Amino acid sequence: MNALKYLGLALFYVGGTSLLVIVFPHSLPAFLAFQSSLLLLYYLPLSPRLRVSLAFVVLAFLMPLIGSINGYYLEIAIQVGIFVALALGLNIVVGMAGLLDLGYVAFFAVGAYLWAIFGSSQANEFIPSSWIQFPLAPSWFFVFLLLGVVAGACTGFILGLPVLRLRGDYLAIVTLGFGEVIRVLANNLDKPINLTNGPKGITPIQRPPLFFQPLLEDLGFSISTPALYSLYFYFLVLLVVTAVITATRRLDHSPIGRAWEAIREDELAAASMGVPLIRMKLLAFATGASFAGIVGVIFSAKQYFINPESFTFMESIGVLAMVILGGMGSIPGAILGATIVTVLNLEVLKGLSLWLNTLRNSGLVLSLPFVGDYALSQLPAQLEPAKYERLVFGIIIVIMVIFRPQGIWPARRRLGKVGRT
Amino acid sequence: MSLLEAVGIRKSFGGLLALSQVDLRLEQGEIASIIGPNGAGKTTLFNVLTGLERPDSGSIWFAGHPVAGLKAEQITALGVARTFQNIRLFANMSVLENVLVGMHCRLPFRIWNVLAHSERFVEMEEKAWERGQALLELVGLGDKQNELARNLPYGDQRRLEIARALATHPKLLLLDEPTAGMNPGEARVLMEFLRRLVEQFEVTLLLIEHNMRVVMSISDWVTVLDHGEKIAEGTPEEIQQNPRVMEAYLGSKDWGKGGVRSHA
Repeated sequence: MNALKYLGLALFYVGGTSLLVIVFPHSLPAFLAFQSSLLLLYYLPLSPRLRVSLAFVVLAFLMPLIGSINGYYLEIAIQVGIFVALALGLNIVVGMAGLLDLGYVAFFAVGAYLWAIFGSSQANEFIPSSWIQFPLAPSWFFVFLLLGVVAGACTGFILGLPVLRLRGDYLAIVTLGFGEVIRVLANNLDKPINLTNGPKGITPIQRPPLFFQPLLEDLGFSISTPALYSLYFYFLVLLVVTAVITATRRLDHSPIGRAWEAIREDELAAASMGVPLIRMKLLAFATGASFAGIVGVIFSAKQYFINPESFTFMESIGVLAMVILGGMGSIPGAILGATIVTVLNLEVLKGLSLWLNTLRNSGLVLSLPFVGDYALSQLPAQLEPAKYERLVFGIIIVIMVIFRPQGIWPARRRLGKVGRT
Repeated sequence: MSLLEAVGIRKSFGGLLALSQVDLRLEQGEIASIIGPNGAGKTTLFNVLTGLERPDSGSIWFAGHPVAGLKAEQITALGVARTFQNIRLFANMSVLENVLVGMHCRLPFRIWNVLAHSERFVEMEEKAWERGQALLELVGLGDKQNELARNLPYGDQRRLEIARALATHPKLLLLDEPTAGMNPGEARVLMEFLRRLVEQFEVTLLLIEHNMRVVMSISDWVTVLDHGEKIAEGTPEEIQQNPRVMEAYLGSKDWGKGGVRSHA
């Protein structure tokens, strides 16, 4: 009976919040409430199958529906997905294996540049056009998704090799340097051979093929091409994130995940217990990097334009902050951390800035005690929260580290039976 | 053929000579002990034997394989396991997981099996869990498998370390001060347990131990180190008579009556 009650509550909440968003497509609180329905689903004591199917309904039907009403929400969802995949990848390296990597965005850049170079006319600069004409056809995108995994893994492996003996601070410094090397390379490899087009960046980048567009039109759906691309990328990211979560969970619940955690806890003891340190560390680097590689490919196709500015050190720190916020080594933690940071960034802070703007334009004059009359149009632009986003995150991280160092959603120990992934 | 044969082991740290020309030979199925004052090089010898330190010179043969210079995990795979003097469990992992890590080198898995979650992989994991639970039952931690290792009381942590080492399926088990911090009653229980272990698992034991009552009652063979040199070896009776050994343990007149525990 209780199960039915919870199911009813879940349906009521999901249905209610999605209705709210549909009725008020520009209300931020409504969308936040809708997003939190996923959290509710996770917490309610529902059977795993029911929980997954409800989450599927929310993500695969309701979210696109809402996205077709307010396109910006879909953009947020895509960004969240990209950062969730990045956070999960970094979580393997930092959270599970305990190898502090401050240059993680480099792998993201490798994936992004991989498709940017070959999915645009850029490759013509160094490959004679008598051989192949670039850009490659859009359908090559899917091949490059796989190549992104491979390229990411290879780069992770290459970074892993020299830093295997390093620990702690030294490892952090070397990986930081590596991240910068990749960015500087991207910035400067426009000569002698123009590989990356330097600081000017690469555009236009080929988008994946809309092979289903004719089918949709036959069915009577007419969706504008930009909206269709948004939906397309949304489902692509959803698919990749699902794959990444599955892979992470399976690795976590296996001798590999246990070996990573053993290395994090006590490297020497792990080696003494027969854990091959080098192989396991390289595997951690390669796995984490491969996730970044594949979303990098998606990112460049989605952005249409990339330049080295998208891959700065601050991006690495941002992803690291997501992992720390969520809880090191915890899969739901990484997902939650990435979601919170991205939502805060794109929705809350931007929303507050917009609200401030409306206040300024409202022409209202406040009469305050002591100060006297104060015209709201004089509110300084520096007040806009979007401008001190880093400050807000800094404060959040400091508060977290002091009051809840294990993160919002710390890793739960694996209990009970095997094979429940 | 001896199970372990180490010849002329030398190891120095900067100017400090931790081990010089140490020989050690262990026969299958025996219980041997290494004793010696603090700083004699006992733990360094363990580290060299298990691959955590590389010897400067000397050779080590284990079950017919030359192991000097191999990595720790390779030596473990050949069948050498150990516990640590200052307990080194994986503190934030569960008790059962600690044991499962010990099985790592005995689990024939491939990464694509893990990712595909193949039938064979799930079966292998289930077997590993069962074996891990059996090992925990054996050391008396059967009801604590889901607790975090760091939350265990001290004595349980020592026993978990032994279970974790046994999980690697060793032929030779090195125990670094297994009775440290135990009262005489607990030490006696542990000794009984170790004797059973040798029979049940056909494992050879090498102990570093300060509790002389334990050493003299359990060991088949005792090696004495002092300042990195082997100063004596023999049966417990021979060692108790040896004047050089008494000299090394300066001031311990009540030698052999359990009075040397102050060294621990």
